[in-house]
Amino acid sequence: MKNKISQFLGFSIITICIIITLFFLASIIYLIAAKGLSAISWEFLTSIPRKSMTEGGVAPAIIGTFYLVVGSILIALPLGIACAIYINEYSPTGYMVNIIRMSINNLAGVPSVVFGLFGLAVFVNFFGFGVSILSGSLTLAMLILPSIISASQESLMAVPYSIREASLALGATQWQTIRKIVLPTALPGIMTGVILSIGRAAGETAPILFTAATFYRRSYPKSPLDETMALPYHIYALMTEGTHPDKQVAIAYGCSLILLAVVLLISAFAIILRNKYRSTYVN
Amino acid sequence: MSINNEEKIKIKADNINFYYGQSHAIKNLSIDIYDKKVTAFIGPSGCGKSTFLRMLNKMNDLVPNTRAEGTLLFDGQDILEKNTDVVSIRKKVGMVFQKPNPFPKTIFQNIAYGLEVNGVKDKDFIRKRVEDSLRKAALWEEVKTRLHTSALMLSGGQQQRLCIARCLAVEPQVILFDEPCASLDPISTNKIEELILELKKFYTIVIVTHNMQQAARVSDYTAFMYLGELIEFDKTATMFTVPKQPKTEEYLSGKFG
Repeated sequence: MKNKISQFLGFSIITICIIITLFFLASIIYLIAAKGLSAISWEFLTSIPRKSMTEGGVAPAIIGTFYLVVGSILIALPLGIACAIYINEYSPTGYMVNIIRMSINNLAGVPSVVFGLFGLAVFVNFFGFGVSILSGSLTLAMLILPSIISASQESLMAVPYSIREASLALGATQWQTIRKIVLPTALPGIMTGVILSIGRAAGETAPILFTAATFYRRSYPKSPLDETMALPYHIYALMTEGTHPDKQVAIAYGCSLILLAVVLLISAFAIILRNKYRSTYVN
Repeated sequence: MSINNEEKIKIKADNINFYYGQSHAIKNLSIDIYDKKVTAFIGPSGCGKSTFLRMLNKMNDLVPNTRAEGTLLFDGQDILEKNTDVVSIRKKVGMVFQKPNPFPKTIFQNIAYGLEVNGVKDKDFIRKRVEDSLRKAALWEEVKTRLHTSALMLSGGQQQRLCIARCLAVEPQVILFDEPCASLDPISTNKIEELILELKKFYTIVIVTHNMQQAARVSDYTAFMYLGELIEFDKTATMFTVPKQPKTEEYLSGKFG
């Protein structure tokens, strides 16, 4: 009897926690939709801002965020997978690997504004990329690198040792085994890490503050070396600057709604890719 | 230990010692493995029989902090020498593992993999060899209509025969079986045993097993190991009827194990 009561209590508490979480999630989406939906129109999505951002659209910011996210993933993914392969498959276990692992974990804890300053010092000034999509993508790539590495490493570790043995026993080299057996098997897990990183890269404001984003721009970026508008920074600017706060707040909520949609869209693409891989290699 | 001078020797182990760090896993082992015969290794867990098996295709090289001494002649070439080409040895000496370990790929891709990593590009050749290997492993009839579905959908016994087919596809000379039936039901076990008897016409087979009846059923020669030493090596029929060593007799009669 006592056990049943304690089980009932446990389950009740868990259910309440889930309801609270869902409530917050639903209210965030409801609030943004309620306040932002009125701002959204075809013109809002496809044209450039006019009259100090109180009219027109936010198309350059949408495009800019899209470029920054895709750019940062393209940079961070190969680097992250390579690091994970080194740590998991090649490195001799010992002192050095522990140091590398510790550094990567610490990197994950660095505040994003520090990455912004690092990007400003290294990519913008030292390499001379200027305030640009390239500098911003590189900075965001540094930011998401730790989570891509640890997601990749965990999925590499989850690949059973027995199928590596099977491959080696057939006369495959270690490199062939990694490329043809281990990586394809680990890829769905790696993609999960990528999907989580997309949201992070799209939403962060601080890293692009000094490296890529501009407050106002009347044209679309034409090369990776152009500066760009971006949705999170645009929201920040609308809420803190400008001369027509009454109109700007609604636009800011509209931008938030679009930002959610952009993250969802890119993630959906990654999820489809992941599922396609899963079905090829597992079922 | 040589017991039959009439037979052709495929692998000759001479005074082998093997260490995992400080632990002495194989002690002064000398044995002849005869060509196109089945040699079974029996003995209690930890006696070193699997370690010896894994020396034959150099799988122990993957384990850090291990050391091998002695000579291990494969067709007269010492494969324990430092400059031995691991990849070419593993092509000649295939291995079937304790648990079926198909790749998470299709049935076809599983078999074709060994050819692809060895640089075979000819699609027709690969298709032909996939069919041949599956036929030799007595699996073709069961899977011929679903070659391009996942190998993971097969039953445990079918997966193990797939692993045998995968191993046959690279045309090894020797096949190592490391307790191949340990995770299979009796009917699947029976099929694998029949297959081993069929395969010995073309291949030299070494099998490690915990099942003494299995050793008696499939092998021509049996080696009994205990605590890293080879206690007795003889024709299977002789060893199971009149074992020479008291230790062997105790093990075979189930006094320890």
